[in-house]
Amino acid sequence: MQPATAHRTVTDIGPAELPGRAADLLVGGHRLALVAAHHDSADEPGGRAVRVVYLFVAGPPDTRTELHVRLDPKAPELPTLAHLSFPAGRFEREMRDLHGIVPLGHPLPHRLVRHFHWPRGWYPMHPDAGPPPPFAEPEGPYPFLEVEGEGVYEIPVGPVHAGIIEPGHFRFSVVGETIIKLKARLWFVHKGIEKLFEGRTPDQGLPLAERISGDTAVGHALAYCLAVEEATGAHVPLDARRARALLLELERLHNHVADLGALCNDVGHGILHARAQHVRERLLRLNQEVTGHRLLRGGVVPGGSVLRAVPGPARLRELGREIRDIVTLALGHTTVRDRFTGTARLDVTAARDLGCLGYVARASGLSTDARASHPFHDHGGALTIPVHTTGDVLARFLVRAEEAEASLATAERLAAGMEAGRTTGTSLAWPPLFARGTRRAGVGIVEGWRGTITTRVELGAGETLTRVKTVDPSFFNWPALPVALADTIVPDFPLANKSFNLSYAGNDL
Amino acid sequence: MNGTMTATGTAAVTLQVALVAAGAPLLAGLMRQVRALLEGRVGPGVTQPWRDLRKLLRKEAVTPAGTGPAFRLGPLVLVATTAVVAALVPLASTATPVSGGADLILVVALLALGTVALALAGLDTGTAFGGMGASREMTVAALVEPTILLAVFALSIPAGSTNLSAIVSGGIHDPVRLASPAGLLSTAALAVAVLAETGRLPVDNPATHLELTMVHEAMVLEYAGPDLALVELGSQMRLTVLLGLLASLSAPWGIATTASPAALVLALVLLAVKVALLGAALAAAEVFWAKLRLFRVPELLAGSFLLALLAVTASYFLTGE
Repeated sequence: MQPATAHRTVTDIGPAELPGRAADLLVGGHRLALVAAHHDSADEPGGRAVRVVYLFVAGPPDTRTELHVRLDPKAPELPTLAHLSFPAGRFEREMRDLHGIVPLGHPLPHRLVRHFHWPRGWYPMHPDAGPPPPFAEPEGPYPFLEVEGEGVYEIPVGPVHAGIIEPGHFRFSVVGETIIKLKARLWFVHKGIEKLFEGRTPDQGLPLAERISGDTAVGHALAYCLAVEEATGAHVPLDARRARALLLELERLHNHVADLGALCNDVGHGILHARAQHVRERLLRLNQEVTGHRLLRGGVVPGGSVLRAVPGPARLRELGREIRDIVTLALGHTTVRDRFTGTARLDVTAARDLGCLGYVARASGLSTDARASHPFHDHGGALTIPVHTTGDVLARFLVRAEEAEASLATAERLAAGMEAGRTTGTSLAWPPLFARGTRRAGVGIVEGWRGTITTRVELGAGETLTRVKTVDPSFFNWPALPVALADTIVPDFPLANKSFNLSYAGNDL
Repeated sequence: MNGTMTATGTAAVTLQVALVAAGAPLLAGLMRQVRALLEGRVGPGVTQPWRDLRKLLRKEAVTPAGTGPAFRLGPLVLVATTAVVAALVPLASTATPVSGGADLILVVALLALGTVALALAGLDTGTAFGGMGASREMTVAALVEPTILLAVFALSIPAGSTNLSAIVSGGIHDPVRLASPAGLLSTAALAVAVLAETGRLPVDNPATHLELTMVHEAMVLEYAGPDLALVELGSQMRLTVLLGLLASLSAPWGIATTASPAALVLALVLLAVKVALLGAALAAAEVFWAKLRLFRVPELLAGSFLLALLAVTASYFLTGE
């Protein structure tokens, strides 16, 4: 059975209409999923322009609405949407830093993505940007807000940390041990991935998509493939869609298990961490058998899927027993439970306003899941979406424990009767033939283990990618961490941070 | 005091300090190994801390810019005070030339001096972590030192003296004291205080890499090379001495009370066995514990202080004087 085809509408509007149209869509229950800027050359149908695409999505039923705004390439300026949607304000800052598009009337016009040492006036995504220039003319230190008052002191941490983690600078303003304000400065890992996609064929783009965030190989590869398939009109057979859904659950499993253990480790309960790592290792070996790669690379390909083996139900059930054991032991330990309960609370209003996704949103009472709202495979009502409402570390732990359980059940159901091998379309087989000389676009939306991943691709003449824009859920969830940490104590920060476990690499492409 | 006695006594003190200094890294290694085995890991072996110390001692000394004498003297004071405590406390023998000075209050003061020296060194670095670690360490120390004093004080009432040697030999000659309510309560209070003083779970996590959760480690974050080696050795020696003291006070059997060389050798062997057993038991227990929220630590320590207080009260009334 073919799931309802995603309905994507495209409307060209002028910059002045944008705030009104965006407000209507947001009020109508849409969320802003992605904003991508494009530098159209003179031989494009609309002539030379800077074209900004706003993708609003809602579901179920799966609805995708695009607003295209064309701007003067010499002085690109846009009315800001920051007052309508918090994520929009961040997308605008990202666009300004990477493309040089100025959001007019932005309430917080500090740099976001821009690295301290990028030369003034250099925009890496601009067509004239050229190769990365040497570090020069810094823009000056980032304007951190200084909290004043008696007994307030600052703790700067990072970007280099004591453990093996990604780089991020955190500045705590603290009284005693209580956090008054936390500012997270990320953006130390800009790799130019969006630029690297340009000019590749869809097949060559896949390895790049798999490496956007190492722990989310399937999620990003799948979002990319779905977008490419929509752009090319390729047909993906049911078996391949099932295999993809299975791989997505296997990825959710190994990440959730690792973090359930890591959360125990962060409260000093090492033995459960050791046990969780043991289960994770078994899951990674299973992944190796299924796709030939421990982190599941190579399983999702444009047009289909490749499975070397199918996990058996007995093995999945045994892993399930182990995971349940770990969760029961963790929750039965009074100190562990005490450390989790009430720590770093994110309330539902904040989660909704910030546009949180994934388990962070679900632990705060928002039932968002792209598997239900933007399905690429019909689970036939068998999908369990755990939701908790307290928004603390315990809620995030419970959501992930329950999701791991649900993933195992889903994986077992999907794997039943599945056969290993390469599955790609037959009627409209990959690679598809499409009319040369036309620009075609596609959008892929996938519920990765961290949350909803959105990828939008544009293919130009000559079967090459002209623009790929990916939004990792971390982009939406990072601002929630400082909000949740207000009034938490400093020694609880690592635990709270781990309970969010956001990606630095996926956030800063 | 005749010549043989002095010679054996001096030997006892020297061997006690040497055993603590040489054995402390092995104790740390043993505890890590026990933990590793219980968690299903292979572990690096008990001699790993010694290899770490050797590596650190070969490195060049690095001092952060702007630090003063407090930073440089901190590790030396820590090791020196711990060595003096190791000499004073009747770990292997109660008949030593310095046993007259093994006063309870002096021992606790020496331990506090080491803690304060390191806290000052942490403040001297001027970093947020140094200050944060020092502040946390002082909060813990302020609650722990009175508990140690009070717990041992409960034991000193039946002995009629605050001299540790007198308390320990009293325990050897009158073992009923050890099993009395006062003895048991003070042992429990002392055990909790030792955990807090040496930065073990559930108060501090010695294995963490998360700089924001650290207590002791945050304070010494700026140390490197030989200075770090001294800090590590100092901490390991404190753990050994305190476990040794706990063993001497609660299970003093085998400690030499005369100047017989044979008794001394037996006492040293027994000391090593007792401390190793205590360390292994602590490491095994730690596997099943988790770290308390920082603001719950005072509750735990207040509980142990209360136990110590009850021990004193019980000791006062039950001694019947």
